Amino acid sequence: MSVTYNEVAVRDTGEVVLSLTGINKRFGAVQALTDVDLTVRAGEVVALVGDNGAGKSTLVKTIAGVYQPDAGVIEFAGSPVTVAGPAGAQHLGIATVFQDLALCDNLDVVANLFLGKEHSLGPLMNEVTMEREAWRLLRSLSAKIPSVRIPVAGLSGGQRQTVAIARSLVGNPKVVMLDEPTAALGVAQTAEVLNLVERLREQGLAVILISHNMADVQAVSDRIVVLRLGRNAAEFTTEEATTDQLVAAITGASDNVVAQRAARRAGPAGHPGHSEGEQ
Amino acid sequence: MTDQLTNQPAVDAADERLVRVVSPGDYLRQLAGRLRGGDLGMLPVIFGLVAICAFFYSQEPTFLSSRSLVTMTLYAAPLGVIALGIVLVLLLGEIDLSVGTVSGFTSATTAVMFVSHGQPLALSVLAAIALGALIGAGYAVLFVWVGVPSFVFTLAGLLAFEGALYWVLGDQGTINLPRDSGLPEFTRQKFLSDGQGYALVAVVVAVYVGSRLWTIRQKRAAGLTPPNLLGVIVKGAALAIGLGWLTYYLGIDRGWGYLPVLFAGLVVLMDLLLRRTRWGRYVYAVGGNEEAARRAGIRVGLVYGSVFVLCSTFAALGGVLVAGQLTTVSQSSGTTDTNLTAIAAAVIGGTSLFGGRGSAYSALLGILVLQAIRTGLNLMNVDSDVRLIVTGAVLLLAVAIDSVARRARSSSGRG
Ligand SMILES: Nc1ncnc2c1ncn2[C@@H]1O[C@H](COP(=O)(O)OP(=O)(O)OP(=O)(O)O)[C@@H](O)[C@H]1O
Ligand SMILES: [Mg+2]
Repeated sequence: MSVTYNEVAVRDTGEVVLSLTGINKRFGAVQALTDVDLTVRAGEVVALVGDNGAGKSTLVKTIAGVYQPDAGVIEFAGSPVTVAGPAGAQHLGIATVFQDLALCDNLDVVANLFLGKEHSLGPLMNEVTMEREAWRLLRSLSAKIPSVRIPVAGLSGGQRQTVAIARSLVGNPKVVMLDEPTAALGVAQTAEVLNLVERLREQGLAVILISHNMADVQAVSDRIVVLRLGRNAAEFTTEEATTDQLVAAITGASDNVVAQRAARRAGPAGHPGHSEGEQ
Repeated sequence: MTDQLTNQPAVDAADERLVRVVSPGDYLRQLAGRLRGGDLGMLPVIFGLVAICAFFYSQEPTFLSSRSLVTMTLYAAPLGVIALGIVLVLLLGEIDLSVGTVSGFTSATTAVMFVSHGQPLALSVLAAIALGALIGAGYAVLFVWVGVPSFVFTLAGLLAFEGALYWVLGDQGTINLPRDSGLPEFTRQKFLSDGQGYALVAVVVAVYVGSRLWTIRQKRAAGLTPPNLLGVIVKGAALAIGLGWLTYYLGIDRGWGYLPVLFAGLVVLMDLLLRRTRWGRYVYAVGGNEEAARRAGIRVGLVYGSVFVLCSTFAALGGVLVAGQLTTVSQSSGTTDTNLTAIAAAVIGGTSLFGGRGSAYSALLGILVLQAIRTGLNLMNVDSDVRLIVTGAVLLLAVAIDSVARRARSSSGRG
């Protein structure tokens, strides 16, 4: 990985910003989430990992107000809240990059970035300040976007993803949730997103990061929460977790000592993040 | 970082892949590229309008006489108002099939209140408009809360409000508005004087150029590429000459009627609302990707609701204006081809049936095309059956252009 990462332990843990207890969510015959707990503190990056269909996106959408949980309590800054809808989540200061990006193809980059949070100039929108701010945000992500006045449909997959990430930074969020933000990104842009995650943490924001890339997860997160089949499967402090342990927890082999050993032996010796994770 | 930005000439022109537009040649090349990419905008309809006018002029030179043009602007306006509402609904990817009968029903209400019950004219007109808004609110409830598709409830409305029209008219069948009352006067006999016409043109041009100059200043101050000053001047001059000449030419006969001026004002107002306000932005967003709009925190139901209310309100206003123009309300008010004309106008004007793409000006251009066809064929003494066939063909052509453009867009990345 090209990202340098050090000084994990110098931060003191902030207060709990977001806390979920006993979240259940069911889609017809599918119980997507069962009694899921999750806690995020200010200035902390929590990685949410799990296999495909583990329920990660469902959990994120529940926090973002897209879905209503069937049961469970969401506490924000210490008090229980109902996130009635996406507007409610925004109002609380929860910003989300959705896995499917949720961009309007017919609108240009500026319009997408500020959708729902337009700058006003009397009764009208202030296009000039929005455009200027758009360039600033995109620059900070090393975005390679030729023009912010072209419809989003004309952008490449990675450019669209960058726009979606930049959008989560508009306004002053307290919690930023990134659902596979680097899936389509190039090397430099991935590094920028990881840098961004670290900057957000330094600014005292709470970050929830979903990724299938264990190297990225281990590079930037403080804690790793593993979901499996819609349940809390394991939780690690990033410094203590090895890649193999993570993989085992994700695939469901952690409760089986033999499988765990086998997985460990089969894994290549010089796994990234392996050596510094071990004590 | 911010300081860095201010030192650079323009933050938005830094990417080397960006095709720079400096000379008029660049501008034309960019335009050609846009067209090839399916970003047609209103060019097909402008081209079509010119072709139609040229054709009818070659057949019957009086087609472009001042008198004929003035009459066209008068007759186009009320249906244009209805088409304006259709544009809004289409922008959301929905449809309203009932604007015709809603316009008939509400105008009948005005006529009954004003003529049969002797209520003040203003009150009668306001009642019709309020009734239109109420119908739209009903549609909004059906759509947002009950979840009925717009095609279905407006089809129901199409039938129901025709029934309501008969019911309101009772056994009278036809109600004539006194020709010297305010409504027929406004729609038929009120015209701007030459001086007023030129003054209006001057104001329009001044506002246009002023707002562009202001944008240039703002953008320059923010370190962004400002619009080309020469381009603004050229466009402003073209606007001044075009509108000025039109005012002169219409002035040979009666000049600008109050009615077309009202319609044009509504078009400009809706264009401003759509392009420059949050509400308009949300209309496009919901039309483009409803789920994305919802996740951005937009109250999608309110957007749908406001548009259905506006559409029915425009239908009611248009109906009242038609009634004033014909000085009569009858059982056929709004039923014959009002729906067809209003919906066709919006589509012909370039508003996409697929949602999220279009402009308030498409109501203006579309209704001009249809009115030109109607007037031209009338002058050539062609029966209305031919007119319907021609109108249908033009509509089909417009939808075909829309569909082809959509395919070109998806292959050239313009959404
Ligand atoms: N809208 C929905 N309707 C029905 N079922 C759903 C819906 N959304 C998610 N599910 C189901 O819930 C489960 C969890 O899905 P989710 O999208 O949360 O997985 P994920 O962990 O994000 O997976 P991935 O890594 O592939 O993104 C899946 O079994 C999926 O089929
Ligand atoms: Mg997912």
